[in-house]
Amino acid sequence: MPTRSINTFSIFLIVPALSIVFFLVIFPLFWALGLSFYSYNVLRGGLPVFIGLGNYGKILGDPYIWERFVITAQFVVASVVLEFLLGFALALLFYQEFKGRKLAITLVTMPLLIAPIASGIFFKYIYDATFGIFTYVIQSSIGVKINMTKDYAMLAIVLLDAWQWTPFMMLFILAGLEAIPKHLLESSEIDRLSRFNKFRVVIWPTIRPLVTLALLFRTMDCFRTFDTVFALTEGGPGAQTELISIHIYRVAFKYFRTGEACALAFIVLVIIILLTNLYLRMVRREAS
Amino acid sequence: MTVTARIVRRKSPVKRALLYVAVIVVCLIFVFPVYWMVATAFKTRAQAFSWPPLFIWEPTGRNFIDIFLKRQTEIEAITGWELELATGSEIFFYNSLIVTSGSIILALVIGTLAAYSFSRYRPAGTDTLMFFILSTRMLPAIVVAIPIYFFYRALGLYSTHVGLILLYTMFNLPFAVWMMKSFFDEIPKDIEHAAMVDGTHPIKIFYKIALPQVLVGLAATIGFMIINVWNEFLFSLLLTERSVRTVPVAIASTRGEVGINWGLIAALETLYVLPAIILIFLLQKYLLRGMTFGTVRGV
Repeated sequence: MPTRSINTFSIFLIVPALSIVFFLVIFPLFWALGLSFYSYNVLRGGLPVFIGLGNYGKILGDPYIWERFVITAQFVVASVVLEFLLGFALALLFYQEFKGRKLAITLVTMPLLIAPIASGIFFKYIYDATFGIFTYVIQSSIGVKINMTKDYAMLAIVLLDAWQWTPFMMLFILAGLEAIPKHLLESSEIDRLSRFNKFRVVIWPTIRPLVTLALLFRTMDCFRTFDTVFALTEGGPGAQTELISIHIYRVAFKYFRTGEACALAFIVLVIIILLTNLYLRMVRREAS
Repeated sequence: MTVTARIVRRKSPVKRALLYVAVIVVCLIFVFPVYWMVATAFKTRAQAFSWPPLFIWEPTGRNFIDIFLKRQTEIEAITGWELELATGSEIFFYNSLIVTSGSIILALVIGTLAAYSFSRYRPAGTDTLMFFILSTRMLPAIVVAIPIYFFYRALGLYSTHVGLILLYTMFNLPFAVWMMKSFFDEIPKDIEHAAMVDGTHPIKIFYKIALPQVLVGLAATIGFMIINVWNEFLFSLLLTERSVRTVPVAIASTRGEVGINWGLIAALETLYVLPAIILIFLLQKYLLRGMTFGTVRGV
């Protein structure tokens, strides 16, 4: 086949994929971008009124929305740090050889495939202040009956996130550990390197790229968290756990302030695009 | 292997015992919530509300029957959501099944073709297009959901199976493209080159030579796509009414009610997460790869 028809064929193969992306992502997004310059409320009806950057100005000047970003940042940092530390510990544990290691890893990674909405609903039962098993365990150990989703709501959602996603971090770090060349480990033992030096010289350089990727991946994912928090606290009590994603949902589908919601969505979009770019640049650098 | 084996041999019995204790405790922590959900599914309403929580009880299978067969009239006296939940959950499972299978077939066909083209022919702008396709998946669902909601209402796709299938095709497409490309990239290109020199038609090269070599990858990709769609919640919440509602939305509509019958919900959830529990065993080898769109190969 001549080169030209090969070219045509190669483009023919990707056209369906690109059309789907165009009609279901690009087109709606531009529509939303347009709406973000209007004042429009579906419930109130009437025609959208063009207000230029009005929505953006309102959002950036609204302390309530800044608070949403702060709360989201707190949630992201707390979850990612906790997952990283626990994930590292678990990876070291599962790096050892022992009977039933494969099965144990499979069991630990089970939360990864479970629907976040399902774990959110179920942790509501586990945390329940009157008959939850978590409450029971805490009461038996420290003698105090606590109401997690009310008095420690942020901790409750962080713990849930850690339960679900620590295995993800563990998989990355474990993959990194297993990629360390065995002869390096051997020679580090022959040279009688101290534990710290062994980590600094042999282990860290190999696992660093994977750790960076895992942290970035989790940061993006945490930033988007919706299902679990929606199920567990619905942003409450008050607005203590109202992450930015929950807030956009409320503005768009509870108050139906569509223009404002679109503007807010675009601000989040820009943040995510920056993070994604960073992620892919790192993937490429590690690949080459 | 030799090194790790040596480390094992050097361990004292006490250390080995401690290792096993640690592993068992860790496994318990991660499995317990799932176990507790399954256990609750076998409890009566009173047992589920017991304090202290019951660890030993006489199991009942009643909840699993009730979520499908209990009818409105039997339950009207209790709470609103129970009415909705109890009047036949089979519709939710039916919807989830239709939407999942429909969208997976579409995304798989469209995605695999694109992935093959990106992997083999590398048309101009491949890197940019690949990045672009992936970035659509990194968007927070809520950001895309707002315009889609109005778009669907205007087009009459709101609360239809077709609408959801199209949406989930879009949702899974980046995954299908990236995953399948990573599998195509791995197989040697020599035979395809030889066939091309012989003048075999590219379509024939694709399905006779390339495709059979990535069947395992294809199966893994399908596995992850099932989970992606099956677990998706927000789009289904916003874009469906009761007749097209999927299982996660049915479960979530129990939120915040007083006097929830946790046994019933647990039964519904148990059936709902069953595919995930089965797939974790089947997909274990590809877990890291699947969770990173094929960008990290793992070990």
